[in-house]
Amino acid sequence: MKFSVAIASAIEALFANLLRSFLTMLGIIIGVASVMTMMAMGEGAKARIDEQISALGASTLTLRPGAMRRGGRSMGAGAATPFTEADLDALAALPYAGAVSGQLSSSVTAVSGQTNWSTSLTGTDDAYFEIHDWHPVEGRIFTPREVRTGAAVAVVGKSIVENLFDGTDPVGQRIRVNNVPVSVIGVLEEKGQSSFGSDRDDVIIIPLRTARNRIIGAHRTTPKNVSRIEVMVADGYDLKEAQNELVEYMRDRRHIKAGGDDDFMVFNIADFVRARSATQATMGVLLAFMAAVALFVGGVGVMNIMLVSVTERTREIGLRMALGARGSDIMVQFLAEALVLCGTGGLIGVTLGFAGSWIAAKTGGWEMAISPQITLISLGAAVAVGLFFGYFPARRAARLNPIDALRYE
Amino acid sequence: MGPAPIIEARQVTKVYTMGDQKVHALRGIDLEIAPGEFTAIMGPSGSGKSTLMNLIGALDQPTSGDMLIEGHSLSTMRPDDLADLRNRTLGFVFQQFNLLPRANALQNVKLPLRYARHEHIDADARARECLELVGLGERMDHRPAQLSGGQQQRVAIARALAGKPHIILADEPTGALDTKTSADIMELLVTLNASGITIILVTHEPEVAEFAQRQIHFRDGLIESDERRAS
Repeated sequence: MKFSVAIASAIEALFANLLRSFLTMLGIIIGVASVMTMMAMGEGAKARIDEQISALGASTLTLRPGAMRRGGRSMGAGAATPFTEADLDALAALPYAGAVSGQLSSSVTAVSGQTNWSTSLTGTDDAYFEIHDWHPVEGRIFTPREVRTGAAVAVVGKSIVENLFDGTDPVGQRIRVNNVPVSVIGVLEEKGQSSFGSDRDDVIIIPLRTARNRIIGAHRTTPKNVSRIEVMVADGYDLKEAQNELVEYMRDRRHIKAGGDDDFMVFNIADFVRARSATQATMGVLLAFMAAVALFVGGVGVMNIMLVSVTERTREIGLRMALGARGSDIMVQFLAEALVLCGTGGLIGVTLGFAGSWIAAKTGGWEMAISPQITLISLGAAVAVGLFFGYFPARRAARLNPIDALRYE
Repeated sequence: MGPAPIIEARQVTKVYTMGDQKVHALRGIDLEIAPGEFTAIMGPSGSGKSTLMNLIGALDQPTSGDMLIEGHSLSTMRPDDLADLRNRTLGFVFQQFNLLPRANALQNVKLPLRYARHEHIDADARARECLELVGLGERMDHRPAQLSGGQQQRVAIARALAGKPHIILADEPTGALDTKTSADIMELLVTLNASGITIILVTHEPEVAEFAQRQIHFRDGLIESDERRAS
């Protein structure tokens, strides 16, 4: 018997007992929908992590003064001696440093005309834009000269444009940051929310010296201070090795004796984000396991109803055998029915999975990513369940003795 | 010497075990049926006639002895070969018609052709041909529930014919029909026999058995009498 014929008559059988078919499918529907939703959730989380890592710079090492937690004691960032512009120049000379950017930041109030806006200020250099892969959509970023001279220029994020300029083009306009006038020279492309939930577009970026000398003020004891350094590791260097070398280099520079604690920290953002998302991943594994259990229970339901169906149709099986059906024909027929049940359940489940993912994204704040692969895997899982749980009832039908089946009451 | 028998039973016995009791349904049957014969097998219930029918139909295996169809021993055949034999050489007609209730007449007749592996036949055309042969050309799209008992049995006969069988096995084909309809069905079987098909009929009604050329009576698992009617 041709497989297509078997499928066609299986669909017929499915419709002949519509309510029962639907109830049988329900387990598969729920299973597939949850498998799909869980996978979409997992993919979404992964995509978000990847996106965060690449947004923060996949090959970027961040240095901050202050101790890592060691020996149960944390000194807190900023308690230690800050970095300086001299550190920046020294780091830039290292072979594995592709780009080096120093930063100072602060909360400020920006004023444009009658509008006030509380935002954050970052004082940095032109390398910052390279490291963050952040480009202007209007105007331009600072020139090295503007960085050197401490020009009163600013590059702003999208949220500043919306909140301070009501969406109009701010390039060429003047704003006052903590009462210091600066000219807007560029608008940066939109970055969206960070993993911490803060708005990365709500920022005003000005040259490092401008920020230190005119707005934030220098450190009490360390002139030309920098609160944070980002080093983009050059192509061809391993991030981990570079990180280790950087730690050694900085210990040397800061005269830390062998065995002494670091008074700064170096981390790569990828580790940081991954650590943050570990909980989420564990949760995802748990949910995926529950989805698998749901699918398994659905499969047992299918097997149960298939066994009932084989028993109910014993005489029909006997008749088919008398008419010349081989055991394999009967097997194919019942496997086809299990497949059609699970396949249809799978299709409905996938549809529900789309809906479920959408709702989870809207209400739960989860990021969902549904790819064709996820859809195929979900459907494949349904088909596999059909084959697996359909096999035993189908084999039982195929092994019936023709005369016993024909005479079955 | 006539032609080689199309069906041959050699010392066939069949023992059923029911609980701890052994039922001897057949106690050593020797039988030869020639091609083209129309044989009625008669006898009271439990005499072994249905058991013999199931053995001829390759639906069951004898406890001992050998059953041969067209010279092939059924005991040496694999299950798939037996299925193919039922599909190509044998046609079954049952007392309760055994039609698929959800399928129409045409689909029912096509059913055995689904399992035909060896020849490429136009199943639709063949099924229509068979239904026309049994006089149901006008009712092909009727479901069994929309047909009378006689018509249902005609569909069943058309289904038996679809695979162009050499032998038709009819187990009480008129058992569920009234006298008039029974006679019609028997006339149809006679016509088919005239076209060269060997027919084995199990019945306990003497008037039905009258249509056959040969009558074999069973009693207690043995052949009691075997008579050919002079034609």
